[in-house]
Amino acid sequence: MRRRSLLLQVGVAALLLALLALLVNNLAVNLLRTGLGLDFGWLGRPSGFALAESALPYSPSDSYLWALTIGWLNSLKVIAAGLVLATLLGVAAGAARSSSNRLLRSLAGGYVAVIRQVPLLLQLLFWYFVAFLGLPETPIGGLIQLSNQGISMLGMPLSVEFCAVLTGLTVFTGASIAEIVRGGVNAVPRGQWEAFRSLGLSEGLGLRRIVLPQALPAILPALTSQYLNLAKNSTLAIAVGYADLYAVSDTTITQTGRAIEGFLLLLISFLLLNLLISGGMAGINATVLGRMRRSR
Amino acid sequence: MFRTCNRLLVGATVGLAALVSGCASMDGASVSRLDLVKQRGELLCGVSGKIPGFSFLSAEGVYTGLDVDICRAMAAAFVGDAKKVQYRPLTAPERFTALRSGEIDLLSRNTTWTLSRDSAGGNGLSFGPVVFHDGQGLLVPEAAGIRSLKDLSGKAICVGSGTTTEQNLNDTFAAEGIPYTPIKYQDLNQVVGGYLQGRCAAMTSDRSQLASARSGFADPEKHVILADRLSKEPLAPAVVGGDQTMADAMTWVVLALIEAEERGITQANVDAMVEQAEADASQTALRRFLGIDGGLGSKLGLPDDFVVQVIRATGNYGEIYDRHLGPATPVAIPRGANRLAEDGGLMIAPPFT
Repeated sequence: MRRRSLLLQVGVAALLLALLALLVNNLAVNLLRTGLGLDFGWLGRPSGFALAESALPYSPSDSYLWALTIGWLNSLKVIAAGLVLATLLGVAAGAARSSSNRLLRSLAGGYVAVIRQVPLLLQLLFWYFVAFLGLPETPIGGLIQLSNQGISMLGMPLSVEFCAVLTGLTVFTGASIAEIVRGGVNAVPRGQWEAFRSLGLSEGLGLRRIVLPQALPAILPALTSQYLNLAKNSTLAIAVGYADLYAVSDTTITQTGRAIEGFLLLLISFLLLNLLISGGMAGINATVLGRMRRSR
Repeated sequence: MFRTCNRLLVGATVGLAALVSGCASMDGASVSRLDLVKQRGELLCGVSGKIPGFSFLSAEGVYTGLDVDICRAMAAAFVGDAKKVQYRPLTAPERFTALRSGEIDLLSRNTTWTLSRDSAGGNGLSFGPVVFHDGQGLLVPEAAGIRSLKDLSGKAICVGSGTTTEQNLNDTFAAEGIPYTPIKYQDLNQVVGGYLQGRCAAMTSDRSQLASARSGFADPEKHVILADRLSKEPLAPAVVGGDQTMADAMTWVVLALIEAEERGITQANVDAMVEQAEADASQTALRRFLGIDGGLGSKLGLPDDFVVQVIRATGNYGEIYDRHLGPATPVAIPRGANRLAEDGGLMIAPPFT
């Protein structure tokens, strides 16, 4: 029985490998046949296009490679900020859904219900064209400056495009995270709630110190998927004019006509980024599980 | 449990294998794409579908515009029926790969003829004759008081990404030493949105596209196109390079449209012209053009009367232009450089001999 199962697995693995080889061979043959052989020489040539924002110095005389790097950094910036904000929002909304306060509970419920029904692209377009571009010029206490050209917070200028993408990703992913947190919290036996209440702990403190830590193992794996989704969804930024990696790749591909190479680079960049995120999350997961086991 | 899993796994793998081998492409001998089109009885034509006047999907689900009529003219010449076209709406970055990979036979999508796109070392395409002489321009709100490029110094400019438009914008502003911030969107609709919402002081695109976008504004008269021309943009159809039969057929179909206008042959009078030429043996040049003598069509691998088929289907170049871009249309672009050479424009056809 076990041998059969083993044989089957080896067979399937071999078949998969053969498939992969066939695919790669197909790609190579077809590329050659259509004269589209892979060539990355263009990466060193000057890009010739300007970018609205860059974390490091960039000018159109810099290479395509550098332009793509700047795009990647712009993506990274919005993804990193999005991960933090979406987590905060999601945990807050998720906790609110298990709250004993009815107003808080229905507010959070409404948020999740509305946001999850509307496609992200539409939400991005809404945040950008309606919310941010509709902003009148309003200084708030001298520290925050709002206008439809950009937002300045404590002297740090943020473009409206960045703000729209960040808000869109945060609000959208926050709703999914809220559900994951609620699910995790619900998975903690009711007895735990009764236990901390009987010890005289407040709802907030009990949630933070007793319930959430026990909910974490259920939350983390699903949370990783949401993080990866957020990273991938950030490519929708091009719809609202944010110069992310996809937007820069898009321009690069048209100017060089190197679509296959461009998409390969895009693929690899996102693979790297997502491996980084899932690697980090796996590490956190292991730490949490390890700590739980020790504390038992 | 394990057995079910394994079975599923095997099933999925076998299914995938079947799918992949089914998709694996055949290595065909080098036949002209033209023969393929004739065999199929249908032309696969790449268009934009989003530019009123050039190619636009109407509410009735029908593609119309100058670029679309070029597709229809080709289908009339290649397979004898202008309706035998399958349109593929393509974005700017997709278009060349779609052509090179064989997903479409012919690209008729507001595409600027450039060295890199034409050459074997670049995109390796073959361009046909220019069907519209365009140039990049800037659209600004009239009330903003912007009269030239210098007035745009330090301002944001909305631009569609993935076209030569971005590069031209940079080339021009860099040469003049004028700083600016490009706000890049993926397609023209978003560029228009950003511009109308006041995110940018100006929006840039080919003047034809600016005019066609402006036609949809609530207050078109409050926006002006600056006199500065950022580029010359000769828009032409294209096929894959290295296929002379296909490239020649495409080229001479476009030229036939121009020649027909020069000769005053229209959709309405083409049949009368054929009758007249058939009856009068002294009309040698006209008889050759209409395919009565000379066998010009067969030299191209087309029916001898391909010109008649084309004009019956679409009319001559002037008729196509007026139908989609003439003064009576919402887009209304003055014909300018797109007039016949004899009227002071750039449109001319070499002799049909």
